Amino acid sequence: MLIFGASMKTIRIGNGQGFWGDNVDAPVELLRGGPIDYIGMDYLAEVTLSIMMRQKLKNPKLGYATDFIGFIRRVLPELKERNVRILTNAGGLNPRACRNRIFELARDLGVQGLRVGVVEGDDLLPRLKDLIAAGHPLKNMDTGEPLAPIVDRVMSANAYLGAKPVVEALRQGAHVVLCGRITDTALALAPMIHEFGWGEGDWNLLAAGTIAGHIIECGAQCTGGNFSRFWEVPDLWNAGYPIVEAREDGAFVVTKHEGTGGMVTVDTVGEQLVYEMGDPTAYITPDVTADFTSIRLRQEGKDRVEVSGVEGRPNTPSLKVSASYLAGYKASGQITLSGPRAVEKAKLAAEIVWKRLERAGVTFAPEDREEELLGTGACLPGIFQAPDELPEVVLRLGVKDPESAKVERFGKEIAPLVTAGPPGVTGFAGGRPKPQEIVAYWPALLAREEVESRIQVTVEEA
Amino acid sequence: MRVKLGQIAHARSGDKGDASNVGLIAQTPELYPVIREQVTAERVKEHFREVCRGPVQRYELPNLLALNFILHDSLGGGGTESLKNDAQGKTHAQGLLQMEVEVPAGLVEAGG
Repeated sequence: MLIFGASMKTIRIGNGQGFWGDNVDAPVELLRGGPIDYIGMDYLAEVTLSIMMRQKLKNPKLGYATDFIGFIRRVLPELKERNVRILTNAGGLNPRACRNRIFELARDLGVQGLRVGVVEGDDLLPRLKDLIAAGHPLKNMDTGEPLAPIVDRVMSANAYLGAKPVVEALRQGAHVVLCGRITDTALALAPMIHEFGWGEGDWNLLAAGTIAGHIIECGAQCTGGNFSRFWEVPDLWNAGYPIVEAREDGAFVVTKHEGTGGMVTVDTVGEQLVYEMGDPTAYITPDVTADFTSIRLRQEGKDRVEVSGVEGRPNTPSLKVSASYLAGYKASGQITLSGPRAVEKAKLAAEIVWKRLERAGVTFAPEDREEELLGTGACLPGIFQAPDELPEVVLRLGVKDPESAKVERFGKEIAPLVTAGPPGVTGFAGGRPKPQEIVAYWPALLAREEVESRIQVTVEEA
Repeated sequence: MRVKLGQIAHARSGDKGDASNVGLIAQTPELYPVIREQVTAERVKEHFREVCRGPVQRYELPNLLALNFILHDSLGGGGTESLKNDAQGKTHAQGLLQMEVEVPAGLVEAGG
C-alpha cells in the first residue's frame, strides 16, 4: 500500500531476514503485522554460494536458498492480495530453479497471475579463465595476490550487482525478484529508484537509499537486537523487524510495526550504522559512494528515527567480486571440565591431546591450532580477568591443515579424554569432530562493464 | 572520576576479513570530546594487545558522536579460516566497553 503524507509520496520497505539462519517467523510477522510495500530478504553470506555450487553440481534443480521456499509456501496466497513485493538474493546460483519451484507451489496452492523476476549475470565462475586471459588479474583486495595460481581451486566467483536490474524487474511488474549475489543495500534502494524515479546522477538520493539499506540489512540489529544496553530493550523476544518509510526527497524514517517488541532509537540505529564499517567517508557500492559522516539522526517519535542530510559521490568504475576457494581442512571439538581445579584440568587435557598427536607423528604449526578455555575470558584475552577458581570450564580445541587425514586424526583424540584424561570430564557429544573443508574468501575488483554488459532480467508469470 | 566506557558509551563490532571493526558511540554530545581525546588508536591497540596482532586505525564521525576502530589481524585468519570461537569479532565491542576513562563527575550523571 502507499501512504501519502502532507504532500510527498512515502513507501514502506522492510527487511525480514538478515542472513540465512535468521528467525523464520520474522518475515511473516513483517508481512502481516501492519502496512508494508516491499520486503527484502538476505540469504547469502560470503561463502554460502560455494555450498550452493556443491548442491547444484549434485542436483541441477538445487543451488538456491531452500529456506526461502518455506517462507513463500506460508505467504504465497496473500502476497498479491496484500500487494507486497519481495526482493531477495535467495536465487543464489540457480535463480531459475528457485523460480520454477515457486511456480510449482503457486500451481499447488491455486495462485494465479504471480510474476517472478530473475536477475542473472553475477556468476563469473564459467568466465574466470577468460577474464584472467583478457587481463583482469582479480587480485585479492586484502593481500594483492593475483587469482591465477589458485584458479583451479575456486568454488564460486560472483560479482556484487547493484540496484539497476532489480529496478528493471519491478518495472516489468515482478511480485518476487530473485537475485544471486547483489548488495544487501540494493534490495532497499531499488524500490525507491522505481517509485520515485531517481536518476543515475542523483548521488545524494542514491546514498540515502543505500544507507537506509545498510541500517535494515541485518534485520533486528537496528530494532534492539545486539544492542549494548540490552536491559533497556522491551520484549526483545518479539522484536519487530525494521521498516524504512522512504520519501522521494531522500529523507527517511526507520521504524517497526506497532505492537512488536524491541525499540528504534537514535542509539539502536546508530549502533547499526557503525556495524562492519571501514572508512566512514567512503561506503562503496555498485550504485554510489555514500558518506556516513553526513548522516543526521533525530528521534521523531516513539520507535521512529528520522535519517536526513545524507551525501553521496559518484560510483566507482569497478565492481566487487566475491570468490571462494578450497583452502584445506579444519575441525574443532570441546569438552567440559567440572569440579575442583577445573582450569588446571583443562590445561592438562589440552596438553594430553597435543602430546598424543605428536606421538602418532601428527603435528600442527602453532598458527594452525587453537586452544581456548571458554569461561575464563577466552574471547577477550587480556581484557577480562577470570577468578582463580572456576566451578567449570569448557576446553575448545581446533586445528587446520591442507591434509584431511591429519585433521581427521586430531578428531580421534577428544573422546579418549573421558577415560584417559583428568577427572570430571563431560559434555563430549556428537561423535568425533570430522574434517570440514575450509572454503576461504577471496575479495577482488573487476571492471564494471565486464559485468554490466551481461546482466539479464527476465520476468515470467505463473 | 574514573569509569568504564560502558557507563558513558555504547558500541558494536563485526568483521571485515581478518580485521574487526568496533564502532564506539558517546551517550551525549558532552561526552563525545571525552572519548575522542582519551580513546586513541594507541590505547585501543594496548587494550586489545592479546587479540589484535596488527595496527589499529581510527576514524571520527562527530555527526553520530562516534569513533570507528579497525583492528587489523585480530581474527585468526577471519571468517571460515579462523579456528577461534569468536571468528567474527562479535565480542570486541563488549571488550572495548571495559576500557576505563577519566570523566568529569557531572557528565557521568548526565550520561547515566
